[in-house]
Amino acid sequence: MDLNTVTEVRDARQRGEWRPGDAWLAGGTYLFSEPQPHLRRLVDLARMDWPPVAILADGSWEIAATCTIAELSAFAATTGPATSGLVERCCRAFLASVKIWNTATVGGNLCLALPAGPMISLTAALGAVCRLIATDGTRRALPVTDLITGPARTALTEGELLRSVTIPARALSARTAFRRASQHQHGRSSALLVGTLDGRRFSLTVTASTPRPVVLEFAAPPTAEALSTAIDGAVGGNWLDDVHGIPAWRRHLTLRLADEVLAELGAAP
Amino acid sequence: MTVEVNGRSLDGPTRPGQCLRTYLRERGLLGVRKGCDAGDCGACTVHVDGVPVHSCVFPAFRAVGRRVTTIEGLARDGHPHPVQRRFLDAQGFQCGFCTPGFVMTAAGLDTAAGLAGTPPEELRRLFKGNLCRCTGYRAIEDALRGVRHVEHPQAGTAVGRSPGAPAGPGIVTGTARYTLDLDVPGLLHMKLLRSPHAHARVLAIDTHEALRVPGVRLVLTHKDAPPRLYSSALHESVDDDPADTRLLDDVVRHVGQRVAAVVADTVSAAEEGCRRLAVTYEVLPAVTDPEAATAPGAPVVHDKDPVTSRIARPRDNVVAELHAGVGDVDAGLRSADAVYENTFHTRRVQHASLETHGAIGWLDADPATGAERLVIRSSTQAPFLTRRALCALFDLPPDRVRVVTALLGGGFGGKQEMLVEDVVALAVLRSRAPVSLEFTRAEQFTAATTRHPFTVTVTAGARHDGTLTALKLHVVADTGAYGNHGPGVLLHGCGESVALYRCPNKRTDARSVYTHTVPSGAFRGYGLGQVTFAVESALDELARRLRLDPLTLRERNLIRPGDDLVAPGDTEHDLHLGGYGLDQCLRVVRAAGSSPAEPAPPGWLVGDGAAVAMIATIPPRGHLADAALTLLPDGTFALAVGTAEFGNGTTTVHRQIAATALGTTVDRVTVHQSDTALVGHDTGAFGSTGTVVAGAAVLRAARALVDTLLDAAATFHALDRARCRLTDGAVVCAGDRVPLEGLHAAALAAGTSLTATGHSRGTPRSVSFNAHWFRVAVNPDTGEIRILRSVHAADAGTVVNPLQCRGQVEGGVAQALGATRSEEIRLDPTGAVTTTALRGYRIPTFADTPRTEVHFAVTTDDLGPFGAKSMSESPFVPVAPAFANAVRDATGVRFTTLPLTPDRVWSGLRDQGR
Ligand SMILES: Cc1cc2nc3c(=O)[nH]c(=O)nc-3n(C[C@H](O)[C@H](O)[C@H](O)COP(=O)(O)OP(=O)(O)OC[C@H]3O[C@@H](n4cnc5c(N)ncnc54)[C@H](O)[C@@H]3O)c2cc1C
Ligand code: FES
Ligand code: FES
Repeated sequence: MDLNTVTEVRDARQRGEWRPGDAWLAGGTYLFSEPQPHLRRLVDLARMDWPPVAILADGSWEIAATCTIAELSAFAATTGPATSGLVERCCRAFLASVKIWNTATVGGNLCLALPAGPMISLTAALGAVCRLIATDGTRRALPVTDLITGPARTALTEGELLRSVTIPARALSARTAFRRASQHQHGRSSALLVGTLDGRRFSLTVTASTPRPVVLEFAAPPTAEALSTAIDGAVGGNWLDDVHGIPAWRRHLTLRLADEVLAELGAAP
Repeated sequence: MTVEVNGRSLDGPTRPGQCLRTYLRERGLLGVRKGCDAGDCGACTVHVDGVPVHSCVFPAFRAVGRRVTTIEGLARDGHPHPVQRRFLDAQGFQCGFCTPGFVMTAAGLDTAAGLAGTPPEELRRLFKGNLCRCTGYRAIEDALRGVRHVEHPQAGTAVGRSPGAPAGPGIVTGTARYTLDLDVPGLLHMKLLRSPHAHARVLAIDTHEALRVPGVRLVLTHKDAPPRLYSSALHESVDDDPADTRLLDDVVRHVGQRVAAVVADTVSAAEEGCRRLAVTYEVLPAVTDPEAATAPGAPVVHDKDPVTSRIARPRDNVVAELHAGVGDVDAGLRSADAVYENTFHTRRVQHASLETHGAIGWLDADPATGAERLVIRSSTQAPFLTRRALCALFDLPPDRVRVVTALLGGGFGGKQEMLVEDVVALAVLRSRAPVSLEFTRAEQFTAATTRHPFTVTVTAGARHDGTLTALKLHVVADTGAYGNHGPGVLLHGCGESVALYRCPNKRTDARSVYTHTVPSGAFRGYGLGQVTFAVESALDELARRLRLDPLTLRERNLIRPGDDLVAPGDTEHDLHLGGYGLDQCLRVVRAAGSSPAEPAPPGWLVGDGAAVAMIATIPPRGHLADAALTLLPDGTFALAVGTAEFGNGTTTVHRQIAATALGTTVDRVTVHQSDTALVGHDTGAFGSTGTVVAGAAVLRAARALVDTLLDAAATFHALDRARCRLTDGAVVCAGDRVPLEGLHAAALAAGTSLTATGHSRGTPRSVSFNAHWFRVAVNPDTGEIRILRSVHAADAGTVVNPLQCRGQVEGGVAQALGATRSEEIRLDPTGAVTTTALRGYRIPTFADTPRTEVHFAVTTDDLGPFGAKSMSESPFVPVAPAFANAVRDATGVRFTTLPLTPDRVWSGLRDQGR
């Protein structure tokens, strides 16, 4: 929709002061989908020409904030089965259609910080770290799990830019399992779980049923009971309550899908 | 700084916050539609450098220097794109509002082979970003796969065949014009300031700052509004609805009610004007729950005089009520071998027609008299009633107001309501400039109307053999802050739902109650969906208590030919069984249960369920239609009707009826419609009357024109009238043949035109029947429900156009599945709507919608044109109870509240220990 209070677009390549009423514009698929009467200026990231995904010397993937979902999906398809499958399933976890993938970005998904943000699920599960640049030029690195602090809440300071998110090489070689529940086929995620098995190390990341990602790590695969107990302990009864499902149901599905993840990774006792 | 669109360079700057959708529409590319303006529906799909995107969430400035293709630019060298052709051949649309988006998406995916071989699952995923509210997707899938359906019947044989919709070529090429697809020079734009309070008195509105916004021309408040009270509901009889609404009121009664209107040169300025209005409210106590609203001491929603307002009991918040019975229910219950009682709830749902409400108004000079005339082009299902309402509101004679409806992008009852025309008219009369108002998708949810939520307690008793001894209803409907359609929906809901059964003892106690919430209104089924859900669920359960097959219990009690139709309190006596196909419908449903369906996944619970429904073919108390048919100089015919086309297919049907009666082909009849300047009167396109009422008028006009033509041939060409016959294109008489062109010329020379009119009064009325059957599988561990098979049987009398009628059934079933499985408007404790976008209000997608097998009973109706009955609202009605009955059969749990979302089903099963 038209954002009629926006009176200016600034190219992010040009230096400039951050002002109240500014917003970074990535794909715009969220920004243009709701009224934004508080916005006056969009700072356009489209011309940054950051390479969508760079494979670093150690094999890590540095995904630019501006990498579109379509670009990530296409890139992953050229990589090994361990990664391509998980990335594609996360892309398909969007409620948004393939047409939205053409413009929506990974960075936009992270910064929007919706519980059902599938790029959050992906990067949080793989232990990815964000590179952030504050308005005064200060740079910092922050794990995805610390970036997302609640539903539509992040640790970004006013005007802070997400430059990229890096998935460490080690995580890319782990075995993974993906489970998702929704009230509808191809609907918004009500619970989305990703498990990884790296040697004996097992991790489980719970998203969409919780206000923010919950990552549980174990030196060795736990028993199903221990995993359930750990999930309940970590979530602390704070299951999400919105139109995508009641809390009790989401807890039930999360525990059930967690069992399946454990079983798939061959780690069930 | 140019954007290349369809091979042409478009100049003119993009605005900083503008999306590509409005940039293109402002430049005349009106095939780019707005369904949601939020990325959800896909109606705005275009290609940017060959890649399909949703133009409503694509920043316009990013299109600079790039190649944009819209639906208008898809054809090559005058040849339609193969996808366009396939949508035409399959008729992959009803209202067509979604079609450009589907076509552009498909064209963006298209390969040389088309999508014919794409696996169903993949197709459903690829189209998850395209919503259609009309078709139920089967027709769209056929179009994507290249299935052909449209026929080209020979002269005089069109009734009963499936010629295509006349609007089809325009729909697939994006040139079809809907309400706001009109370029009006100097157009001003209106935005409405809406109430943040559920109940408040407007003490003051300071318009100063708003009027200082550059471009703001006019601010309207309650001080500018006529004092007259009316109803936004449109009915042939004004007395059907309470007069409780003021154009702009100094009391607001729900969050979202309009408080003031700002008119400006641009939408942007109008929005800014709204933000600058300073309103002082005195917040008043509010009540948002219908039970609480009728408790003693509850805040009164409308403290009005019951006689002049036609509100039944204003101080008790009761807009309408019904307390009536036949026989003695208590005795009936005492004599029963089994009694079942339960309370059923249906929630607020929205029509979600893809086109939102909108209107454009302007002043012109009447071509006949030169007098100034107010013209309103609006998204109304009832242009003539809208004119009447505007005339009453502004004290204007009918010839000073013209109301026109273009193609409508879906209606479903939501547009049987005056929600924009009144305030646009006021702005036009004040500013004397053309003014437009377009609802946002959010306004559709917060400030249009919804289906009435109902709470229905059913008590039913029967003997061992299933014979009903008593049927008792206690009904509370929530009409929201205004009583538009409140009485009608209540009475209709309690009508055919119980008249369907022969039972000596029936009793109904029902009331429709005001609350400080978004108003309810007309919705497909008009109350029957809600009450039938309760009655059909209860009878299913009663049969189980008696260890009877639920269909056997139905058969024992359903009305049969010769029976009277009895509903407590029904005072209309013009309803008849004009045709009877209910027995055939039941046979279809019974057969479905014993034939194979898709297998269920292991561990899932499987069950079958059915329900039946009846609906009057025409609303009570008069539904009028005029039609006029004229022979044109080229020997073709112009048909004028008053009724509007919103995807229900009446235009096709009217052509078929006229062509059949005139012995010609449909392409020789051009239909002009929904314009108060065209014919005398038409009550409107609601109550499923397009075929049975307007169609009857068309048939009469056509038959009259045949006579006129034969008379003219006999007179002008000195032929024996008794031996004259009308054939395709000529009157023949023994060896003589008078081509219609010649006949027209002769009449012209004699100073007459060859025209005939037809009129229909919509009485007596008949009934249509529908039955639905599901086999479902329920995953007890997640609450997920899968439909393994869906079968619908309909008694539509003569099926005038099988392709379209099937589409009406499929679309009705799909929409009902939405209300059954996912759709619910949610309110917060203050009564404010929180589901304000399609992202949180799930209407069925392609992937959500099963294929439904549609069967038609072979019957004809004594009353309808060519034996036809209505078939538009009714397929909706039996779906929810059939679904709930199937879930009951599978799980043993009776669900009494819609929608049956997986989380609720799961907790329902858990609560019952299953
Ligand atoms: C139909 C539809 C379905 C959707 N379904 C989902 C879904 O299932 N799950 C989901 O999570 N989202 C969903 N979305 C929302 C949204 O499209 C996605 O989250 C998308 O990934 C956002 O990316 P974008 O580039 O379009 O973000 P934008 O709209 O451009 O930006 C989103 C927000 O992030 C900020 N931002 C963007 N980039 C940066 C950056 N580099 N640094 C700092 N701040 C930044 C913006 O200022 C803005 O506040 C859906 C949207 C639509 C239209
Ligand atoms: S109008 Fe753009 S997706 Fe609905
Ligand atoms: S035909 Fe698809 S919305 Fe009407």
